[in-house]
Amino acid sequence: METVNYLNNGHGLKSWLLTKDHKRIALLYLVSITAFFVIGGFFAMLVRLELLTPAGDLLSSETYNKMFTMHGVVMVFFFLIPSIPAVLGNFLIPIMVGAKDLAFPRINLLSWYIYVLGGIFTLVAALSGGVDTGWTFYTPYSTAAANGHVITAALGVFITGFSSILTGLNFIVTIHKMRAPGLTWFRLPLFVWSHYATSLIMILGTPVIAITVLLVAAERGLHLGIFDPALGGDPVLFQHLFWFYSHPAVYIMILPAMGVISEIVQAFSRKNIFGYSFVAFSSLAIAIIGFLVWGHHIFVAGQSVYAGMVFSFLSFVVAIPSAIKVFNWTATIYRGSVSLESPMLYAFGFIGLFTIGGLTGLMLAAMGIDIHVHDTYFVVAHFHYIMVGGAIMGYLGGLHYWWPKISGRRYSEPWAKFSALMIFVGFNLTFFPQFIAGYLGMPRRYHAYPPEFQVLNVASTLGASILAVGYVIPLVYFAYSLVAGEKSVNDPWGARGLEWEIPSPPPTENFTVSPIVTEGTHQYMHGNQEVGLA
Amino acid sequence: MPDHAEHFPGRIHQPPLVANLDAIQPRDHVEHPHHPKLQHHFDDMAQQVDASTLGMWVFLVTEIMFFGGLFAAYLVYRHANPEGFAEASHHLNVTWGAINTIVLIVSSLTMALAVRSAQVSAPAKTQVAWIVATMVLGATFLGIKAIEYTDKFRHNLVPGPNFQWTGKHPQPAEIFYSLYFCMTGLHAIHMIIGLGIMSVIGTMAWRRQFDSEYYTPVEVAGLYWHFVDIVWIFLFPLLYLIGGHFTE
Repeated sequence: METVNYLNNGHGLKSWLLTKDHKRIALLYLVSITAFFVIGGFFAMLVRLELLTPAGDLLSSETYNKMFTMHGVVMVFFFLIPSIPAVLGNFLIPIMVGAKDLAFPRINLLSWYIYVLGGIFTLVAALSGGVDTGWTFYTPYSTAAANGHVITAALGVFITGFSSILTGLNFIVTIHKMRAPGLTWFRLPLFVWSHYATSLIMILGTPVIAITVLLVAAERGLHLGIFDPALGGDPVLFQHLFWFYSHPAVYIMILPAMGVISEIVQAFSRKNIFGYSFVAFSSLAIAIIGFLVWGHHIFVAGQSVYAGMVFSFLSFVVAIPSAIKVFNWTATIYRGSVSLESPMLYAFGFIGLFTIGGLTGLMLAAMGIDIHVHDTYFVVAHFHYIMVGGAIMGYLGGLHYWWPKISGRRYSEPWAKFSALMIFVGFNLTFFPQFIAGYLGMPRRYHAYPPEFQVLNVASTLGASILAVGYVIPLVYFAYSLVAGEKSVNDPWGARGLEWEIPSPPPTENFTVSPIVTEGTHQYMHGNQEVGLA
Repeated sequence: MPDHAEHFPGRIHQPPLVANLDAIQPRDHVEHPHHPKLQHHFDDMAQQVDASTLGMWVFLVTEIMFFGGLFAAYLVYRHANPEGFAEASHHLNVTWGAINTIVLIVSSLTMALAVRSAQVSAPAKTQVAWIVATMVLGATFLGIKAIEYTDKFRHNLVPGPNFQWTGKHPQPAEIFYSLYFCMTGLHAIHMIIGLGIMSVIGTMAWRRQFDSEYYTPVEVAGLYWHFVDIVWIFLFPLLYLIGGHFTE
């Protein structure tokens, strides 16, 4: 007789589609974002295949434009932004704060439906002819010139934004008001801190992109003159409003991944984080300073040179809290009892790739270099190091780390290690050549290119194929673990923390008895003896 | 939050992060009996009220950012075309705008009285009366807005192919009217949503669901209503009054 848990408490489609349980909603998100990841990956595959040869032979330039646009829109708005918060955050935050659910369970379910509705709009736009504006929807091209279904896609982004806003709202209220007795702010897991910072960006930034894409749709549909210079409007205003959200959105993607890494690094080094409060506050610093750097996307778009200097300086400043995290993770690993299970492999991958992505970000924040490499593959490589090398590595690391808790089953560790390696190798082979191609001057967003870049592009496409296989393998062994995986104990990694004290998978109410918390998470040191320091 | 000091057994030195789960009574047992409106995932009513109120405040912050994008656009274009904006603003009807401002301020008063009447457990009829009064004022506002919009349609002041402007600054005027319709239109949508919320709240009040122990929905709806009013307090001078000194 199996004990009652959130997975077997209620059967049938209806019990899932009308659930108010944050854990089940997390799984609804898991399924839907995985579907969007596959769709976005499909578009990426076509882009990479086209770029296998210098001639534009596989796709017409117009189709190619649509492919990279849909790749960007789907991956950014429908995979990366919801990925860690909506799946892992949704599942873990109530448990980590010792609550039975998020503060607003019905709004949580509503967020998922809003997300799906926005996704349908975007898929309709994709299937009925696509959009070729780039994921950035730059005006006046998007409002006056572009073919395709800009309004439908823009509405998709607008709608799904509210899903993000409501998730952020739910997290903030939950973290403020639902913490168990004794669970003070500085006993919270760093995962919660990073989600708090992420939620701040979600509620402060997302409404701005919502109104901006709404104006694009209104300008295109109703011929209002807001951004179109032919009507006296200012297209650079669009860029300011767009990046006011979309730069912080990068931190929506990376901050939760940083939270995941903070947890994994502690658990697999058997050491308390080095400088807890620095890591916690660096999340907030990234969220706040991240709102002040958007102008570095507009260095060459007619922004005054003085504004450019300020934005350049602030972009350097935002690197400091990111660097604090990297140093503190490294210091945590240093002389810890490190064990190299698959989540830790992803954590190592994250730290290395994020560092490369971050340092090349500093190069781009310097105006002189930015003007040279602007709109080249250097930029493409940089942000893929952050988004794929950072955010997706973090997401997969977290999924592996908490999978025994989510599913109650163990997956095949050798396969997990193998796929982590495939992803690391495939990723670097895909994107490192793009740094070189970009630095040598290969522009982004063209379906044809001069023949001297072919070697680099073939390497990149080869890497993408390896990467794709690396992404498919976990799908297989995760699915297999559900039917044949060994059952997991409460705390399979010996990680310690509220989520590891309850059964795997957890009961619907999380805690049969409300917890009283007496110390912070991952307390591996006791008395005055710190593990690893003799 | 009630005092939990009694539950702290002191720092525990061995793994359990949670102090001996089985030995602790569920918190529910040591507190007041369940209020019928208490949702299962909250410990007590105080926590539930706190969460709902904070949730609405956070939502209003998102609303500020939402309108903020439009206010930023207004700022940029008015800074670039001060005369054009004054000229365009001159064609708005200040009288209607002023009446609407008064209507909304009074509706904020009736809203506050609706919250108050729930807080002091006033009879359901009184609570409903204040909510209905608020709704009537809201509907009046929308009616006047409709009259103004019709007038703009008649005079070809709606941006787009049919926009006509006889003054010196046709382009800034068209941008002004684009912003006018976006800002007041978005505000009007918020008013309509507000009326929807009020009809739900009114029904709940009619069914005697609110008293001094439980009035969060009225209070939270009130916060929303006041916010929408305040947005108008900014829209009125920025759109209607900047043409005051304009001479043809």
